[in-house]
Amino acid sequence: MSHLEHAAGPGGFPIEAKPPLRRFHQARWDEPLIFELTQPGQRGILVPPAEPAVTEAVAGAPGELPPGIRRAAPPALPEMSQLHVLRHYLRLSQENLGFDLNVDVGQGTCTMKYSPKVNDRLAGSHKLADMHPLQHPDTAQGVLEIYWRMEQILKAISGMDRVTLQPGAGSAAIYANVSMVRAYHAARGQGDTRDEIITTIFSHPSNAACAKTAGYKVITLYPDADGYPDLDSLRAAVSDRTAALLITNPEDTGIFNAAIAEFVDVVHQAGGLAVYDQANANGILGITRAREAGFDLCHFNLHKTFSTPHACGGPAAGASCVTAEIAPYLPVPTVERDGERFFLDYDREQSVGKIRPFTGVGPNILRAYAWVMSLGAEGLRQVAETAVLNNNYLLSKILEIPGASLPYASGQRRIEQARYSWEELAADTGVHSEEIGIRAADFGVHYWTSHHPYVVPEPFTLEPSESYTKSDLDEYAAILSQVAHEARTDPGLVRGAPYNLPVHHTEHEVLDDPAQWAVTWRAYQRKHVTGTP
Amino acid sequence: MTAHPYIPNSEPRVRAQMLAAVGAASTEEFYAAIPAALRVDGLLDLPEPFTCEADLVRHVEGLLGRNTSTRDAISFLGAGCYNHHVPAVCDEVNGRSEFLTAYAGEPYEDHGRFQALFEYASMMGELLEMDVVTVPVYDGYQASATALRMCGRITGRPVVLVTTAISADKRRKIADYLLPDMRIRDLPASAGTGTLDEDSLAAALDDDVAGVYLESPNYFGVVETGIARAAGLAHRNSSLLVVSADPISLGVLASPASLGADIACGDIQSLGMHQYFGGGQAGYIAVHDDERFVMELPARLFGLAPTSVPGELGFGDVAYERTSFAVREQGKEWVGTAAALWGITAGVYLALMGPAGMTDIGDTILARTRYAMMRLDAIPGLTVRHLPSPHFREFVVDLTGSGAQVAAVDAALRSAGIFVGKDLSSEFPELGQSILVCVTELTTKADIDRLADLLKEAIVTR
Repeated sequence: MSHLEHAAGPGGFPIEAKPPLRRFHQARWDEPLIFELTQPGQRGILVPPAEPAVTEAVAGAPGELPPGIRRAAPPALPEMSQLHVLRHYLRLSQENLGFDLNVDVGQGTCTMKYSPKVNDRLAGSHKLADMHPLQHPDTAQGVLEIYWRMEQILKAISGMDRVTLQPGAGSAAIYANVSMVRAYHAARGQGDTRDEIITTIFSHPSNAACAKTAGYKVITLYPDADGYPDLDSLRAAVSDRTAALLITNPEDTGIFNAAIAEFVDVVHQAGGLAVYDQANANGILGITRAREAGFDLCHFNLHKTFSTPHACGGPAAGASCVTAEIAPYLPVPTVERDGERFFLDYDREQSVGKIRPFTGVGPNILRAYAWVMSLGAEGLRQVAETAVLNNNYLLSKILEIPGASLPYASGQRRIEQARYSWEELAADTGVHSEEIGIRAADFGVHYWTSHHPYVVPEPFTLEPSESYTKSDLDEYAAILSQVAHEARTDPGLVRGAPYNLPVHHTEHEVLDDPAQWAVTWRAYQRKHVTGTP
Repeated sequence: MTAHPYIPNSEPRVRAQMLAAVGAASTEEFYAAIPAALRVDGLLDLPEPFTCEADLVRHVEGLLGRNTSTRDAISFLGAGCYNHHVPAVCDEVNGRSEFLTAYAGEPYEDHGRFQALFEYASMMGELLEMDVVTVPVYDGYQASATALRMCGRITGRPVVLVTTAISADKRRKIADYLLPDMRIRDLPASAGTGTLDEDSLAAALDDDVAGVYLESPNYFGVVETGIARAAGLAHRNSSLLVVSADPISLGVLASPASLGADIACGDIQSLGMHQYFGGGQAGYIAVHDDERFVMELPARLFGLAPTSVPGELGFGDVAYERTSFAVREQGKEWVGTAAALWGITAGVYLALMGPAGMTDIGDTILARTRYAMMRLDAIPGLTVRHLPSPHFREFVVDLTGSGAQVAAVDAALRSAGIFVGKDLSSEFPELGQSILVCVTELTTKADIDRLADLLKEAIVTR
């Protein structure tokens, strides 16, 4: 008997090959709420006391807190040793699925891509982390130069004339753009009459919501039968009340709107401005730009396309890019250069003012700058082409799964993401897209349906950025194939998910009931434990 | 061709394989829909890259080396961004890949994010003595602006009274944000104390007033002692009271809610975030557990929910249908990516500090602030404004009596390694040659003494 024959079988060498799908199980620490970990008298960190000479000098001085203004009882925060705080949060971190740990193609529209670790380290340097935003510019030349250089980069990528990096995220940049649109029309005496903004249903909800917040009536265009924004609907919608069109391209369907320049023309002819949402720019970096399509404003999400970490939902960073005609309305301050010296310009009469305190999310602007500088023009193009290749590759694998389909624009390639449908699978099995997503997580991946409303029935949206390997994409497709198979053969298994995650099926109804919802521990105690009103 | 480390499928063999799998001759085919007129001709005009990490580090560190940080100097700068100690555990937790690189997963595989943010809101709730605290919004400016629009929606009235003891930038943000449907009326602070002027408030309140907005400590560092009286006046007028408060003060200052505020808001940068050239800002909005208020919040709220397993904690979104994620422009303002990781970090900070730590830091800052005020006021030619009023962390020192200009004094002290504070001379010309000076638990007596000595010298030798 040969050595190899002898060893075959469970429990012996050679160890058997892994099964096709990962036997994933996430950490399940069953971790209590932090308030339940309190131990009276424990301290997590000590604070330097005022020096005795200080205490003596101020004793009896005016300015003591009057009674009623000094807090009567210390806040009921947990009391824990430092290790126990750390351990609690490390356990919670293990119960969270970061990008770095999974094939994160399932959070479509979010452009989940690798955030280089070196950029985190650079952003953490005390030469940035400990910079106060109001320091004299002479002491902040390095960070101001990074802002200035990033502006030049985004000018090249968008073709626009000026950029502000002040917005704290993508939606804040959309709001900044709408605010500039409003100021532009007001300056031309049309602020009151141009009170409508047009957007499309496959543009991010914040386009509609920011426009409404800024005071506009919102008109939403629905796609034509092929999934494209409908040019005829736009022609019907524009008028002398049109302030702007906010439109994404490619939209969240991943379909490039080839008629985009005509959309811009229609709006311009009506006297409105055209605003390009470039949240989905990852597949078109260095391929096509806002400028050539005729746009007046556009925005990028630095936490998507430009790799800064998504941070559980921020801090992020947004960039608004504008033509020279819109530049006077940019928020203050702008970053300017005078020879070799960089400075901040607050003296801009027509500015919309402030979108955010100070100048923006410094560490993310640095990360985005470092990311571009690690790639260059050729690298950015490779990012775009690879993201698009990855998407079309994954798409071909997904469409092999019975019950999955790709609505709209049949035969057309997609750019960097695709919105699919499980309509057929749901009709056959009664299992819905949300349920498929929760079961997919049992295999160690994220999955997302789409923004509301579900124009595409039973939707799911996949966006495989440039960060993944072919085998990552194969693995993701195999997971969805497995779950679709389970839906057909054992729908109860899918509906009962999750099994391998930190918690089990959760009853979400209480979250919509004002009598029951509990947003804090104190609310929970009051409503469900002590019963005090 | 060498594969780029961030782009695995730039490797030519795998690229060819994948193109073949989808039946494309080249990646150009994927762009066939883009009209030629919209195509970029050739490569973008960008600087030469540093594709090797070592070169990139040298380049970026070279740029950063031109900065002088607040660790290279003694900084008295505040004005909305503060130099507090950041506990190492805060950076350790927010640097974890699992949190740093996660985004918007479900409450199952992202259970940790939901629990950590629920706990953040819960600890803030204890500080603020309010039952509902949002997942962080962008920053304190946004929190104030949204709180005021909430007042408009809740009361149906169009006017807010906003204290003049507010940063000019924050007021600009609020003005921009309220433009569509609300008007601001200035509410001047008392000239004598720098706090609420009750008579002005009483005179300004009418049927149009949706809300009254105060800050404590206010922009000039004055602790607002009139919150309870303002609440009484506002509520008798069926108006709401909004108070912006820095949570780091709430170990020693009574919470706005305990004094009658209906909405509390502010920035949490003080709670464990570095200054980051302004990148550490994040906002909170807190209300009581009253449906009329909760349903007007735009930001996400994470709530506790039972699971199918006894004793297990589940989480999810509370009242999601109020958000723009659910109903687009029918939602309340908008919600998007904002500053969640800073919320998690602030939770870590509050857990480390505990009740005693929050009291201690408040007491240290109160004492050092008062000491600095006394030291500077004692210098002939310098006047500390509102000296008898309680201050927290910041105060205004006026150089006008010395004849010195802030710009010159700022330059002189900068060359001696001191960032003197925020120059108020153009932001608030009516305050003359004034500086907003900030003192934290990191500012020692020796630092304050040095500031006093150098200021004394600078105003004499100008």
